[in-house]
Order: sequence, then structure tokens, then C-alpha cells
Amino acid sequence: MKKRVEDLTVTDNRKLTDSFFVLKVHSPAGLPEINPGQFVQALVTDSHATFLRRPLSVHDVDPGTDSISLLVQVAGQGTERLSRLTPGEKLNLVYPLGNSFTLPGAGEEVLLVGGGCGMAPLLYLGRKIRELGIKPHFALGFRNHTRILEHEDFKKLGPVWLSTEDGSEGHRGFVTDIPAFRDKHWDKVYCCGPEPMMKAVAALCRSREIFCEVSLENLMACGMGICLCCIVPTTSGNLCSCTDGPVFNINDLKWQTSG
Amino acid sequence: MADLRIKIGTLELRNPVMLASGTCGYGAELDDFIDLAALGAIIVKGTTLEPREGNAYPRMAETASGMLNAVGLQNKGIDYFENNIYPRLAEYDTHVVVNVNGNTVEEYVELSRRLDRLSAIPAIELNISCPNVKKGGMIFGTNPASAREVIAAVRKAYSKTLIVKLSPNVTDITEFARISEEEGAEAISLVNTLLGMAIDVRTMKPKLSTVTGGLSGPSIKPVALRMVWQCAKAVRIPVIGLGGIMNADDALEFIMAGATAVQVGTVSFIEPRAGVQIVNGIEKFLVEKEFDSVSRITGIINRI
Repeated sequence: MKKRVEDLTVTDNRKLTDSFFVLKVHSPAGLPEINPGQFVQALVTDSHATFLRRPLSVHDVDPGTDSISLLVQVAGQGTERLSRLTPGEKLNLVYPLGNSFTLPGAGEEVLLVGGGCGMAPLLYLGRKIRELGIKPHFALGFRNHTRILEHEDFKKLGPVWLSTEDGSEGHRGFVTDIPAFRDKHWDKVYCCGPEPMMKAVAALCRSREIFCEVSLENLMACGMGICLCCIVPTTSGNLCSCTDGPVFNINDLKWQTSG
Repeated sequence: MADLRIKIGTLELRNPVMLASGTCGYGAELDDFIDLAALGAIIVKGTTLEPREGNAYPRMAETASGMLNAVGLQNKGIDYFENNIYPRLAEYDTHVVVNVNGNTVEEYVELSRRLDRLSAIPAIELNISCPNVKKGGMIFGTNPASAREVIAAVRKAYSKTLIVKLSPNVTDITEFARISEEEGAEAISLVNTLLGMAIDVRTMKPKLSTVTGGLSGPSIKPVALRMVWQCAKAVRIPVIGLGGIMNADDALEFIMAGATAVQVGTVSFIEPRAGVQIVNGIEKFLVEKEFDSVSRITGIINRI
């Protein structure tokens, strides 16, 4: 799959909450094949403090319109500038980057676990799983009911369970406290979210010997395996989360061996 | 058409633009974006005798118009390089230069000797300026006596074109330029990164695991340009200028200050096609200004 640099056209910028938005961009050249878990490096223009591109997970792909959706959280000046993009403006991307999730086999029970911005890659992953004739289940965790992100598109693909830390909506506690996570049988668990959440999910999966992949969000500069800044300590040494990841099997990660 | 060819030691480059070490991997990482044959040379990742894991994460912090890195020469060592990477590099239709590092003079010498035997590597860049390792690196490049010792030792061990990469973290960089020339280097390249740091005020911790790291990007360009200008006046061997070059105009500034060639570095992280775009931009400038060759403008500000 060849990587490219391309000016895409913004077709929609939808605000979800004060800090989250979904950008939709169209590829005039036609989208390349994009696999779930892959990401783009977005160029931020007109932001004095922003020098590097911003890595963003592919949230959804619409091959019919050659469009990609990006779920973005405003975290600094770069993403703030992106949040102000309007339809018709250009967004320069280097993409598609990174590896992808291992899709399930026929008849497998799969759970997709996300929190906050970590929900981003799970929608497209769920869509691809659904295309295989497998119903994805989602467990989404939030701090409280005011932080819950829209998940109507997830519900169209499969059952969605919610958790909030204060119990203001869904199950009280963390995603790992959702009863179905613990009670049901799962063949594969996919996870993306804050590191403490991923570690908790990984620990639970390890204790039950469930196949589990996590998508990491390390700080990165190039996104192409050149700068060696986004490294992840693994059983095979330091690997780049941009090219060897961002998706890793928990058994390969050093941080999980103590969990 | 303008003649872009230049010479560095025995190397004839088709144009004066190289990709800087640590910003182009081993070349293959950029294959989807550019034809490496369009470049004068590529300087592949800093290599050591033994494999190195580099420094702990986080190794990078974005800064205003630049970035800090503290990678610490992560690489798989010369054996892996020779067996697994070199055969692919030998196929490239561009000059491939290896950036050489060590903890001790003996390691630099041994590595240089190993690379001397590789026919498809016509030059090495002696890195005495890496700020992110505890031993070697910048320790050699900031002490005149140590610099002289390691350059002289490598010169004896290496028969092909020797480029010395200088550190900007010194009081007078021309002293190191002169030492390089006196000890037989064919060229010098400058500048490596500037030692810097950044703190996350929310966590009240340094942003880099090593606290300090090397600053690169356009924020260092005026400093780099000044040092290239100083060194070009101080020595007769070719000076290869680098530090914050983002476009053809930046590259032309270095050439006009006296650089025979330039290296394009951090910009490739943002625009992987930058090296080739800069080659094209230099040629366009020369044609528009009716210069028949790039050598006509090398050091032009010093002639007026």
C-alpha cells in the first residue's frame, strides 16, 4: 500500500462537544485502500506554535464518496486550528500510515473497547468486522455523562455498552467493569484509549488468555519510521509505533508483562 | 538548464542536495514519495559497532518552529547493517554516505575500517557532534584535542572521502573546521543539533526523558547559516551546510554563504518530498538568474 502526500478537501466539520469534532475530507485523486487502525499525518497551517504534522486515526472511510472521517480532540494549538477548518478548505495529509488491526475469523465473538478519542479507530474497525458478517460489540468508557461522545454510528453496527466513572450514565466505573466484558466469552478484544484504560483492558485479557490488540498513541514526529521518536519497548526491542504499530498485540508489549 | 554538479572529495554529486542523517532512515522509508536518484546523496542513519536501543521514551518535543530529539543513536549495529541493509543500499542510483559514531576512538576507527571495505559506500560522515549520548558523540566534537585525535585516527583507517560533522555547541566552530582540514578530512558538514530542553509546566517535568536534547528545524537556521559562513571563510575544503532548511531559498542562503552543498533534514518529517523540491527550486533559481552552474553562486556574498 503506497503512502502519499495529498491535498484533500474538507467537506464537513461537525462539533461533537466543546473539545471534540469530526472532520470529513474528500480525496480528489480517489482514496487508496485504508485498513482499520491506520492513521494520517495532517499538516497544520497558519499556526505559529505548530511545526510537526498531527497524527490522527482514521475514524471512518466512505469509499463511495472517497471520503475519510477523522475524530479529533482539541489538545493544543495544532488541533485547535484543525477544529476551525471549514468546508472547501484544503487539508494536506500524508497517508495511509501504520499497520492495522487483525480482523477476526468466522464466528468469533469480538469486543471493541474505547475511551474518549480512542473511540476514533473503532468505528471503521467495527464497520470492517461487520462486512465480514460478524457483529461487533462495543464497550465505551467516559468520565461522566457530560463527556459522552455521540455513538449513533456505532449502534448501527452492533450493541454498545457504556460506562462512566461516576455512574451518571451506563455502568458505574471503568470499561472493564461492564458486566458483559467479564461475563461473556470473547475471542478477540480490540482497544484504544488512555493508557491506564488500555493497561486495565490488557490485564483482564491476559488473565483470561483472550487475544487482545491495542492501538497506541505515542508522540511522534515523522510517522514514517524515520525519526525513531515514537518508540515502544517490546519483546523484540524498541519498535516504532508509527510503522510497526500503532496496533500491537499485548503479548509483545513490555508494559504489559508486569500487568 | 544549469549545471548542478559539485564535488566533495572524490565524490561527484549530480546536485548539491543531500538528505541528512537521521532524517531519511535508510532511504527506503522515502521510496513511496521520491526517487532517491534525484538527490546528490543520502546520509543514512547514525551507525555504531554494536546495536543500540537509544534513549527512553519520550524522545521528542515540538518547539516553536522546530523540535527537540533525544533518540540517542538507536540502530542495529554494523553487522546487521552490512548483512541486511547494505545490499539494498548498493542498488540505489545515488551516493550513500554512512554516519559513523562510537564511544571511543577505537570504536570510530574499527567502524570506519569496516565501512572502508564496502564498495557501494563512497564516503563516511564522522559524527563527533551527537548531543544525545553519554559517551562519545559531542564529547569529541566540543574538545579540540579529542576532535583532532579521533579525526586523525579515522583518517588513517579510512581511505575514501571523509566528512566531519561538527557541533554548534562550541564557542568557536571555526577551530573545529580547521582541525578537520588539518587532519585530512575532505569536507565538513555543519551544524548538528543545538543542545536544548523543554519542560511541561502541567506535569512539572522535562519533556524529554534525557532532560536535554538536540534542537533542529527552522528555528536554528540563522545560527547554522552564520556558522557555515564563518567556516567557509576559515577552510578551503568544501563546507556542507545544514540546519533548518525548509525550502530552496533556505538552501540557496547556505550556498551563497559559502556552502558547496546542503543537507535537508527535519523538513522531511513534514514534507517527505522536500529534498527533491529543493533540487528543483535551486535549478529554477539559477536558470531565472542566468547562472550556468551552482558553483557561480557558492559563497557569492563573500566575493562582493
